Amino acid sequence: MTPIHDQSYRRYAGVRQEPGSAWLTIATTGIRTILGKKLFLLVLLAAWGQFFVRAVTFYLSANFPNLEILAPSVETFRQFFEIQEIFVLFVTVYVGSGLVANDRRSNAIQIYLSKPLSRVEYVVGKLGTLVFFLLLVTLAPALALLFLEIMFSASVAFVGANLFLIPAITLYALVEVLLSAFTMLALSSLTTSARYTAMLYAGVVLFTAALFSILFGITNSSALAWLSFRANLDQIGDVIFRLPPRYDSSWFLSVVVVALLIGLSVFVLERRVRGVEVVT
Amino acid sequence: MPTSGTEDRSVARLDNVSVRFGAYDALKDVTASFSPGAVGLLGPNGAGKSTLLKALLGFVTPTAGRMDVLGIDVAKDPQRVRARLGYMPESDGHIPGMNAVSFVAYCAQLAGLPRSDAMQRAHEVLYYVGLGEARYRNTETYSAGMKQRIKLAQALVHDPDLLFLDEPTNGMDPKGRDEMLELVVDLATRKGVNLILSSHLLPDVEATCDRVVVMYEGAVATQGTIADLKQRRRQVFEVRVKGDVDTFVRALETAGAECHGTGEDLLRVLVTPDQGPRDLFALAARHQVQVRHLRPSVPTLEDVFAEAIGEE
Repeated sequence: MTPIHDQSYRRYAGVRQEPGSAWLTIATTGIRTILGKKLFLLVLLAAWGQFFVRAVTFYLSANFPNLEILAPSVETFRQFFEIQEIFVLFVTVYVGSGLVANDRRSNAIQIYLSKPLSRVEYVVGKLGTLVFFLLLVTLAPALALLFLEIMFSASVAFVGANLFLIPAITLYALVEVLLSAFTMLALSSLTTSARYTAMLYAGVVLFTAALFSILFGITNSSALAWLSFRANLDQIGDVIFRLPPRYDSSWFLSVVVVALLIGLSVFVLERRVRGVEVVT
Repeated sequence: MPTSGTEDRSVARLDNVSVRFGAYDALKDVTASFSPGAVGLLGPNGAGKSTLLKALLGFVTPTAGRMDVLGIDVAKDPQRVRARLGYMPESDGHIPGMNAVSFVAYCAQLAGLPRSDAMQRAHEVLYYVGLGEARYRNTETYSAGMKQRIKLAQALVHDPDLLFLDEPTNGMDPKGRDEMLELVVDLATRKGVNLILSSHLLPDVEATCDRVVVMYEGAVATQGTIADLKQRRRQVFEVRVKGDVDTFVRALETAGAECHGTGEDLLRVLVTPDQGPRDLFALAARHQVQVRHLRPSVPTLEDVFAEAIGEE
């Protein structure tokens, strides 16, 4: 007599996706996991605080002529990104510190890589989670602000006069997000502790900023701005938004430093994300 | 080295594969064939069993040689190989913050199953491995035995054609160990899943597999069916004698036989192919020793293993 429902092992006769889309599974699962954390939702809400304040000022300037002083300019969008820097730091640390470190701690990397996915897919999936949230606090509110400006003023005059703003916002957000995400992921792959990774990342950002400040105090010149993680982004940001660079160092040098940091991160990830750890 | 005659239908084969970690040769010119069904990968710790499995998974790149799994060249298409493989690693492995059913369903999705199918399979497989009641618990709270079962579940969930089990009974209590071995036998005999069971525990392999590949110091020491390998050994007799045992043992050894004490008053005597019970009786009579007990002994996998790696 056969049981009503056989709970034994059965062969699977359904469809299977071809290898190549596992990164999307990793990224979406990571996003869902993070969105399930109430503390993070508060961080996200705080990160959108500036957007709401700016939206109100845009509305007032568009509707009350005597409040034209609040009207948006290119600098407004540049300042928007500067203020968001702190939230970029919070989100990078909160979301990114455990992305690889926790997998290393729990030997999950060999589980991942025993499935039909490559190391590149694994890294892209993890990056996807972090990049999604970083774009959510940079690119998304900035573009939404630009859209609100058009809506409130019922005119495309501002955007028309500053058409470069759309690619500038996109490009700067991508530079900032990719640098933060790659650096954090590389640091996360070096340890097995999310807490240690968070301290390491915050240390890199804060220490390089402090070092630059000290050298600036001694030399009275900002030619060594390329030493600072943040100053490089500020310098590149000014150029992207067609504003005068704030430091004496070459903006091109900052581009090189950012490219080197991303390259170094890729190298570290290539060495550290493996199915088998070899100690020779 | 003995080889099987079923290479053409092997599920995995290695041809002259070498793997080197720095100055250390983890695998040395390994040629092995794993036929369908359950095959044991035997060897002491450090013999290269796990390295061999990781090479077949594409985790490590050999310095020389070629590997095929299910007819696919591992070097050319490791992802297609892994789509048809399940791997239960030796060390604990889980994804932090997930309960068992989410973890196993996630693994199924990573292996290409649609989300709804993945969830259904996760529930089924968790029941199958005996974690049905604990499937909503966070895997980090699991006992050592439960962690072994969840590792088997994640390896099985996408219904692989070939399963690699690396020390599957590690850290399990006797009851759990028996249950795990029953699952392995069920998979291999009734569910049509081919598997390679890597272990240093001979009883585990003997209870589940009909073929073995014995590894020692990064090389294959011997391979074939357990029955064949046992038959190839010299005939063994259990002998109990009364009289000068030491003199009798020396006489046996001079005649080319091997003698091992069993801890009781029994001797295990491995005779040469041209020797038989009559020769033992004659030798005993010549040395005025009385044979009180003599019967052929069944060679064990332990005998095969010891001979393969050159241990007494």
